[in-house]
Amino acid sequence: MAMTLHIDIVSAEEGIHSGKATAVFAPAQMGEVGIFPRHAPLLSRLKPGEVRVQTEAGEELFFYVSGGLLEVQPHVVTVLADTAVRAKDLDEAAALEAQKKAEQALKDRKTDIDFAKAKAELAQAAAQLRAIQKLRKKGR
Amino acid sequence: MAGAKEIRTKIKSIQNTQKITKAMEMVAASKMRRAQDRMLAARPYAEKIRNVVAHLARANPEYRHPFTVERETRRVGFIIVSTDRGLCGGLNVNLFRACLHAMADWREKNIEIELSVIGSKALGFFKRLGGNIVSEASHLGDRPALTDLIGAIKVMLDAYEEGRLDRVYLVHNDFVNTMTQRPVLEQLLPLKPSEEEELARHWDYLYEPDSKEVLEVLLVRYVESLIYQGVVENIACEQAARMVAMKAASDNAGSLIEELQLIYNKARQAAITQEISEIVSGAAAV
Repeated sequence: MAMTLHIDIVSAEEGIHSGKATAVFAPAQMGEVGIFPRHAPLLSRLKPGEVRVQTEAGEELFFYVSGGLLEVQPHVVTVLADTAVRAKDLDEAAALEAQKKAEQALKDRKTDIDFAKAKAELAQAAAQLRAIQKLRKKGR
Repeated sequence: MAGAKEIRTKIKSIQNTQKITKAMEMVAASKMRRAQDRMLAARPYAEKIRNVVAHLARANPEYRHPFTVERETRRVGFIIVSTDRGLCGGLNVNLFRACLHAMADWREKNIEIELSVIGSKALGFFKRLGGNIVSEASHLGDRPALTDLIGAIKVMLDAYEEGRLDRVYLVHNDFVNTMTQRPVLEQLLPLKPSEEEELARHWDYLYEPDSKEVLEVLLVRYVESLIYQGVVENIACEQAARMVAMKAASDNAGSLIEELQLIYNKARQAAITQEISEIVSGAAAV
């Protein structure tokens, strides 16, 4: 029997692929790497590109990853795929946008939380909910 | 019969409301199931990263990433995950209460607070009450994409790395089961070191390009995946809470209709009795 390794491709949102393979090829940061069973432990960043998985049946499966990390242990390979292309300036832009949105929403911002007011409001809401529950119980 | 007619229209309108709440209940039930699936699907990623991070921490004890270093606390950040829409019972109210409780504790110690809100309910609430909101992400829909969260998260992570924040908490609802959702407050940063046993045999990864860079990427991804998990879990909670709330509303509408039906029948009967007695007394007079 040919030697196999276990390959898991997962992203933060879902599992993409899981199964046995005879070889895995991935676009590591320093160039494409081919991984066969009993590879030395390796941890590498991935570039956007294609992960190729050779299954036991000789099939080739292709997965596109937009970056991420590759973890290799002698018999287990894990691809932690990013869900989108990540670049420093892209992330930066997203962060700025989130900040801007918050600022826009807060044109009339007060810098401090009025705890007394907040508690009163929450107490009111909770009381309303309790009243509804009581009404329900009575209704039955 | 004027009273009876009014009652009849009222019954009709309650029936219409009941139809809507019933439909919402069923929609929420099916959405909840899908949200739960998504919750489970997101789990392996975080687990895998946690294992790798734990290994890295053991393999490189001399290198401490800023994310793992405890500092004296002067400012804290809260990432608050709420729903985008209402009609989900006390879900958000309970969450905000837990949140305010923690905030009030810090406030007493004269510690500044920064907020990053996810979901428009939290935005509305803290906007009205005036919190220092530094970033927000809302209208994520039922299938949130991690991409939509990155911006809001990065603001907090950057603030932590710069030293503007010394502690970051994540507040979200924990999905216990369909009937129970519990608000939880988790410490996100600094990351708590996992206490696992030493490996029997020492081994280490080959790193490409180098261990520090890989660790940096890994930790950011890890924190992001924790927050993403919180968001997905919160959506499952939202749908469950909505389902329960809408079921209660449908039941209430049912009992209201029953009561009104009784009143209507009585009114109708009274009207008929009155009419008969009028005819009878009219005939007797002739």
